[in-house]
Amino acid sequence: MGSESLNTYLLVAGFLLVAGVYGMVQKRSFIGMLIAVEMILNGAGLNFMAFNKFLAPDPAVGQVITLIVMGIAAAEAAIGVSFILAVYKKFRTIDPGRIFTMKG
Amino acid sequence: MHFYQIIAEIIFWLLVLITVGGGFLAIGARMLIHSLMGLSVTFLGVAGLYIYLGSLFLSVMQVLIYGGAICIVLVFGIMVGYTPRQIVETRIRGENLLLAVPTCLLAMGLLYFAIRKTGWLPAPQRLADYSIERIGHSLMYDFSLGFELISLLLLVGMIGAIIVVNSQEEDDGGK
Repeated sequence: MGSESLNTYLLVAGFLLVAGVYGMVQKRSFIGMLIAVEMILNGAGLNFMAFNKFLAPDPAVGQVITLIVMGIAAAEAAIGVSFILAVYKKFRTIDPGRIFTMKG
Repeated sequence: MHFYQIIAEIIFWLLVLITVGGGFLAIGARMLIHSLMGLSVTFLGVAGLYIYLGSLFLSVMQVLIYGGAICIVLVFGIMVGYTPRQIVETRIRGENLLLAVPTCLLAMGLLYFAIRKTGWLPAPQRLADYSIERIGHSLMYDFSLGFELISLLLLVGMIGAIIVVNSQEEDDGGK
């Protein structure tokens, strides 16, 4: 365990994944769920970089994939926030538990 | 072990602590703005870990894209629907909390077990080149399809965001 061990980075990335999944289930707002998704994506990027340093033959591959993950995260945040804006305009709330159009 | 190596190890564990602590704050805070602060602390910690993984460029990109762009977009999202002091209730309480926390701990334990048990096999031969030139070269030649698809995704994302926000004005009768 230490900065020269692959397992440390994998455990930190695993913590980010588990915390993100827990936060996505637990948060009672769309923004909170978006925050949790960003944590999961960041954990994935950390995983790619760790495998890139310790195992991969070409160190450029992991960095390129991490850059692509960052681009996807940026697009996802923009779409998510615009979706929240649209939902807020229509329903005047962004609590996912109170948004329904066809309540039986 | 030299003195500067010990300093480097201490800074490494501080970065791990910052990352994990920010994660706990992000999922545990009751106000959304505190949650977002925890998330940005996590981003900065991961940016420090990227330096230990050999890539200063990715570390700068992490601060720019995650710490800069995404956090500010999320702040805008919070400003739309919440007053900053408003407390957001958690969805899990009572016996669901008693189920959720052990499930997450079990998942973390399983991950730990799997990581410890796996014998990782390093590549026999390595090109030790972390330069930005190498990254740009592989973006343009080896990963040009992914590069183009990302640019297309960002374009479609921006157009879609504008359309989603603007198309709500006709039917304003909701709820």
